[in-house]
Amino acid sequence: MQFLLALIVVGPLVGAAAALLPAPPGLKGKSPDQAVLRHGVTVTGVILVAAIVLALGFDHDHPSKMQATTDISWIPALDVRIHLGIDGISLPLLVLTALLTFLCALYSYFKMPAGPSPKAFVALILVLESGTLATFAVLDLLLFFLAFEMVLIPMYFLIARWGGAQRTQAAWKFILYTLLGSVVMLLGLLLIGLRAGTFDMVALATDNDRQLSTSVQVIAVLAIGIGLAVKTPMWPLHSWLPDAHTAAPTVGSVLLAGVLLKMGTYGFVRILLPIAPDGMETFAPYLAAFAVVGIIYGSLACLALARPGAKGDLKRLIAYSSVGHMGFVLLGISTMTPTGVNGALFANIAHGLITGLLFFLVGALKDRTGTSDLDTLAKESGAALYGKAPRLGGLLAFGAVASLGLPGLAGFWGEMLALFGAFKPADDLSRPAFLTFMAIAAFGTLLTAAYMLIVVRRVCMGPTSETQETPRLADVQGYEFAAWTPLVALTVLAGLWPAALLGLTDPAVQQLLAGGKS
Amino acid sequence: MIAAESTASLIQSVDWVAVAPPTIVAVVGLAVLVADLFLSERNKHVLGWVSLAGLVAAGLFLLPLTDSHRSTFCLSGPRATACSYTVDEFTLVIQLLVIGGALLTALLSMTALKDARNADKDLPEGEYWFLLLSSAAGAALLPASRDLATLVVALEVASLPAFALVGLKRGDKRSSEAALKFFLSSVTATAVTLLGVSFVYAATGTMHLTEVGEKLGNVDGQLDTLAQTGVVLTLVGFAFKVAAVPFHFWVPDTYVGAPLPVAAYLSVVGKAVGFTGLILVTVVAFPEYADVWGPALAALAALTMTIGNVAALRQQSTRAYSAVRLLAWSSVGQAGYLLVPIAAAGYADRHTDVLETTGATVAYALMYAAVNLGAFAVAALVGRTQKLNRVSDYRGLYAKSPLSALVLAFFLLCLAGLPPGIIGLFAKVTVFSTAVDAGLGWLAVVMAANVVIALYYYLQWTALLFRAPEGEPAKHHIPAPLTAAIAVTAVLGVALSGAPQLVLQFAEHGVR
Repeated sequence: MQFLLALIVVGPLVGAAAALLPAPPGLKGKSPDQAVLRHGVTVTGVILVAAIVLALGFDHDHPSKMQATTDISWIPALDVRIHLGIDGISLPLLVLTALLTFLCALYSYFKMPAGPSPKAFVALILVLESGTLATFAVLDLLLFFLAFEMVLIPMYFLIARWGGAQRTQAAWKFILYTLLGSVVMLLGLLLIGLRAGTFDMVALATDNDRQLSTSVQVIAVLAIGIGLAVKTPMWPLHSWLPDAHTAAPTVGSVLLAGVLLKMGTYGFVRILLPIAPDGMETFAPYLAAFAVVGIIYGSLACLALARPGAKGDLKRLIAYSSVGHMGFVLLGISTMTPTGVNGALFANIAHGLITGLLFFLVGALKDRTGTSDLDTLAKESGAALYGKAPRLGGLLAFGAVASLGLPGLAGFWGEMLALFGAFKPADDLSRPAFLTFMAIAAFGTLLTAAYMLIVVRRVCMGPTSETQETPRLADVQGYEFAAWTPLVALTVLAGLWPAALLGLTDPAVQQLLAGGKS
Repeated sequence: MIAAESTASLIQSVDWVAVAPPTIVAVVGLAVLVADLFLSERNKHVLGWVSLAGLVAAGLFLLPLTDSHRSTFCLSGPRATACSYTVDEFTLVIQLLVIGGALLTALLSMTALKDARNADKDLPEGEYWFLLLSSAAGAALLPASRDLATLVVALEVASLPAFALVGLKRGDKRSSEAALKFFLSSVTATAVTLLGVSFVYAATGTMHLTEVGEKLGNVDGQLDTLAQTGVVLTLVGFAFKVAAVPFHFWVPDTYVGAPLPVAAYLSVVGKAVGFTGLILVTVVAFPEYADVWGPALAALAALTMTIGNVAALRQQSTRAYSAVRLLAWSSVGQAGYLLVPIAAAGYADRHTDVLETTGATVAYALMYAAVNLGAFAVAALVGRTQKLNRVSDYRGLYAKSPLSALVLAFFLLCLAGLPPGIIGLFAKVTVFSTAVDAGLGWLAVVMAANVVIALYYYLQWTALLFRAPEGEPAKHHIPAPLTAAIAVTAVLGVALSGAPQLVLQFAEHGVR
């Protein structure tokens, strides 16, 4: 088990190094480009299989226990230990990351984004995967920071080299925002580590008699919270996200929305809630307030983009919708109740699946029509995707209704649980305030439904004039089905059987919130 | 050196093994100067190999000294314990840094001298090697010095040849101007230091650091102001060598005007000299006045990193020599980080804390020495074909020579402190933690802001390496010494990134 987890974290790195070397004889394939893309599919596939085996071997009766742990001293000078482990909170995220990266590699194998050589592309995707997986698997504050930073360089190059218009500025904005946040976060992590005398997350989370005074906790939560909030992203620190998404290549967007944003919310749950509960309590109402503002703001921005004549870009719209969805996640976390936090973790996974799917679909649409501009697509009457490419249209409509939180699909449970959590927040938090937040957030779901339906109306519906020869679009291809079906299936599965996921997270969350005592 | 009260002490027994490293460097330097007279023009390149061998031998002579604590040139007498020359872990680590830095500089110099010979822009070889080795000998002596006089002498031995090295390019106006600027400002700083030393001597009546430390505790009330002034003035000379603001203005012009290997040497060994002196003086001699120099150094650190980084940020990539200018300004910024732990030592309560915090400076300096010399080595490589050495000349380096581009990217990311430059990241973390530990929260925040500024320009340069090249990439031959220098620094950087403990151990238990 522990070997498997170590393989999952280190494997992609080795794969990335191998991708830069020339292909060995016998694996040369049709061309060097094809060989290296195939290498990417193989490595991510192996990692996915390893992650699935890990999930199967996971002791589902004790999801709150750290499993598959490795604990080796690495830098005694800083007390940094290579401490890996998974529990019910990190396992779903780990599997989601492995799955999305594999699907992205598969998709790129058939549809390599325009840009320089695929060699570097594959290497960067693999480094990105390693960094993300490490973020979810490490249990040491400084290693967490290292993993958190590790994804920046690959993502920067993915956007700056393989992106669309305005990619250089967008890539800079992405990296500078995140860096500013993460340097502040480092100070917070150091403050906790130095005051408590250890950087080990498990020790910090379970041993509540540490000498972390309330004031230290407040400062630490503020510093770490800013770093995580930039990544999440929380309104008003979100403005890098729409630009990055608009400019990024399809797989970049999928990974950015699907897994990179989760690193922020995961940090809130894994670090701030258990280690600095007092500080978190101070900031919870503010966090919730920012979260609901984000929900409303994201929805209104999407409504504005979806309006005819607004020249709204579909990728930008989905990026703004992410701000709204992550608002729900933050609201759930800020309630500091098991219900709310479980909802947040559920919404995390659901957002990864659904938004990943949506970015795939919009990317495919952009490849076919050459634009993701809503006005150009829809003209006056609508793009009539149902008529031109029925399967693509159907999937897009599916993604849209899943995103707006239709009961029976994954998007529903997370948001509902987050709202439930806000209905009855933790005892020390002001209930009236959270009731207000809940009401506003609930209104936000209505707005979400509104813009998603407008998008469906404008993109999928419309007259197909039978007199003129309408250019038919290529419908969903085989490889696209292969890349998207798992996401669709899991969205339905998580919607119909939420207990599969909640059964994993709930015991772990209960334990975290109880200060390590289950 | 100072007291010779009894006749027995007239004859001192010198521990030659202890003083071997700086002595060998100095002797080889003199030998090279003499040999230069007898060598024909064609055989001058032998001098380079001799110097290289001398530095390697000096490095090897550090080996028998490990795990030992030796002192020589001690005061005699029943109660005298003070010595002028001490070999301990601190001395050894810094001597390793200095000799290693000089060695890499020598490797860079061999190519530079050969190119100058071929281009008929003669650099006098014998003088060059003599000056380099003399300066290195002074720099190696400095960490072992334990009295103010020896410290100042070592500081001067390290600096004076450096002026000449900067101005060595014959007929180059910029070179002479840079040398003059460097010389005038350095001499002023040294004069101020000497004044400070004399004040301290007047107040305490001793030159030995440990005794100064003891006696400053009970200085006569009337002499208190004198002692305080002395403490502050003494620091000035060392702050100059570190290139701390406001003693930094000579840096960019000097680096651009000097031969590139000399700039690399100044940026690493020159700084090592400065902060070693600062650590010795502040921690050993002036702990009593920690409330004076602690805040002063903290302010200096904040100013230095901010001004250095902002100036580096404002460098235009198309300006002539902008790559060297950028490295120059960024080295000013890095000097600011080096000062942070020393400033934090001023706030530490116990002696062990002081050792641990200054250990962070040593650890950071070791990291910085390896990667900064590496960056200069790649800059020297690019400078062979692109005479103007602009940052924009690095565009598309990856297409021309993938390995050197990858290595330079790695060095820059180490300097920036971003993965995959793991050692850079953790070295910064140790520096941060000293500041947080000492309660210098504001300094940590200033440093955080600076780290982001620095990331911006390092990353911009890194991104440029991988852009599509403008012209047709031309392959060219890379000389062996240059390859060796790049390879050594790259291996060091990668090894340290895998096992940061190698240098960070000094931050853990201190350098004693």
